[in-house]
Amino acid sequence: MSALIRHDVSVSGRPDSPPIVFVHGFGCDKNMWRHVAPTFEQTHRVVLMDLMGAGGSDTSSYDEERYSSLEGYADDITQVVEELELQDAVLVGHSVSAMLVAMTQLAVPERVAGLVMVAPSPRYVDEPGYVGGFAEEDVEELLDSLASNYLGWSTAMAPAIMGNPERPELGDELTESFCRMDPAMARRFATATFRGDHRDLLPRISVPTLVLQCTDDVIAPVAVGEYVAQHVPRASLVMLEATGHCPNLSAPVPTTQAIADFVAGLDDEAA
Amino acid sequence: MSGEPAPRWHRATGSGDALDPAEADDLFDLAPCGYLTTDPDGWIVRVNATLAHWLDRSAADMVRMRFVDLLTPGGRIFHETHFAPLLRMHGEAREIAVDLRRSDGSRLSVLVNASLARAADGSPSGIHIAVFDATERRSYERELLAAKERAETSEAHARTLARTLQQTLIPPTPPAVPDLDVAAAYRPAGDGTEVGGDFYDVFSLGQDDWMVVLGDVRGKGPEAAVVTALVRYTVRALAVATRRPCLLLEQVNDTLLQHSSDRFCTAVLVRLRRREGGWRAEIGVAGHPAPLLMRADDRARQLDLLGPLLGVIEDATYTDREIFLGPGDTMLLYTDGVTEASGPSGFFGDDRLLAMVDSGPTGSSAEVVDNVLTQVLAFQSGVARDDIALLALAVPTT
Repeated sequence: MSALIRHDVSVSGRPDSPPIVFVHGFGCDKNMWRHVAPTFEQTHRVVLMDLMGAGGSDTSSYDEERYSSLEGYADDITQVVEELELQDAVLVGHSVSAMLVAMTQLAVPERVAGLVMVAPSPRYVDEPGYVGGFAEEDVEELLDSLASNYLGWSTAMAPAIMGNPERPELGDELTESFCRMDPAMARRFATATFRGDHRDLLPRISVPTLVLQCTDDVIAPVAVGEYVAQHVPRASLVMLEATGHCPNLSAPVPTTQAIADFVAGLDDEAA
Repeated sequence: MSGEPAPRWHRATGSGDALDPAEADDLFDLAPCGYLTTDPDGWIVRVNATLAHWLDRSAADMVRMRFVDLLTPGGRIFHETHFAPLLRMHGEAREIAVDLRRSDGSRLSVLVNASLARAADGSPSGIHIAVFDATERRSYERELLAAKERAETSEAHARTLARTLQQTLIPPTPPAVPDLDVAAAYRPAGDGTEVGGDFYDVFSLGQDDWMVVLGDVRGKGPEAAVVTALVRYTVRALAVATRRPCLLLEQVNDTLLQHSSDRFCTAVLVRLRRREGGWRAEIGVAGHPAPLLMRADDRARQLDLLGPLLGVIEDATYTDREIFLGPGDTMLLYTDGVTEASGPSGFFGDDRLLAMVDSGPTGSSAEVVDNVLTQVLAFQSGVARDDIALLALAVPTT
């Protein structure tokens, strides 16, 4: 099956302009970018995709082993990049996808011109000499939390979140799948995300990289963003005055601006 | 809710008048659910007495905290990855299960409903959160979840067991027999998760001397599997001393009758001995469709052979038929999953099978088997209603 269908890829903007690919993080789907991505349609070829299990992805090809580590998800992004034959692409990854786009950059360096890591963390669990912000048992608690919420979501929650008469502008396509995932898939993705250690990727990234760090993020604290910026060779760190882990939702304007500035800088560099 | 982001108090007092401030405070503070409001960034602005009491915290302390500070670390991740985006995008989130931390570190399991309030310009102005004690419900849910996981594990275990059993009973490919072209196919009924009763086996009795068995144990599941294994290995064991199919079938019949199972079985046995210019075949059947013979220079026909079922009649006797298979001749053994396959146009039937092998490919046993299997499956729209086993023996022309 085409990766473009499997990941419900949408392509908009200017077909002959440099491509920019937005990849959502764990939890929701490509709708996370709806306040950010449209701006780039004036200047870029804009690609949006759903990771396996999320949103409109086709789970008929789901493979437990493939999706038990982040490499499987990253390979999906790589396949999308290759199938679209993107050149000089900027890959924007939110949360766990910051590591996924890094893996894609390493897999197809000739196709990628820059990375944007929004609220990244290469390692969520603390270790001697490293502060990720969480203990091993916190991850267990998250998995329990997912289980108890998905239990409700599989039945009672479904009608409750269908339709949103108060904000019709959100559109119907959002309501049914947004933030919903098969419980077993969600658990596997969460385990790969929150138990993994991807710090060794950082020094190998060979393109200019923008690290967008929220000032008040309970998942990826400032120290982690700084760690990422220090270990990626060509990184720049931009702090966003934003609360929470999703500046693409809570602070879309400065987020968009920071990405636009970074992309403009890349173009200058190329010129 | 009709356009208002936050619920409004109804004029529900007896007199029909608006609430006075004291009543409103009581309604807020003494509500049988926890209630708090935060600013758009999650800092707590107001909290009712019920929630403060549940959490053993003072309302004054709580207004210096963010909502996420009340959550467990794992809950915070869930909040950031699901709850907050949902609230931002939908304007509300309902029945979110989280644990809140009391001042002593202990946990209160709650369900949370939240709605986003917006200012006139549409920007978020605050968050209203209602909190329901869900201790009992959540422990019940946890039990339910554990039971579901146990059920899933045990189902997966059963499936693996069935598949493993199946694999031991059905050899994936028959062994290579010198100067004889042997091909076989097996398709379990339905989704293949249940152990079926069809089996086949090809084994050597000595130099240029082979035994071919194909059979069908009635029924499905573990008991059928036990009988399948019993028959298959009984044939192998007895064939050491008894090589004539009719005598072998008699002994298998005795064995089955002695076995506690009341399952019965049909089978066809073919003993093959290499002779100048081909193979001599002795064939015995027990309640089983007789093999089809496709001579190189003649129309396909079914061998004229009958014999009682195995495991039903005491002292049953069987007869062998002897034929010679020369170059270009093919013999097809099959189970009734082929002829009793039913589709929109009725049963597949013997005539259709004969017509099909007659008009189909000849020469290679694999082509014969593939042709029959493909057409029988197509006849049933791709899903076999009964197990199908096929085995073809062809004598090469060169």
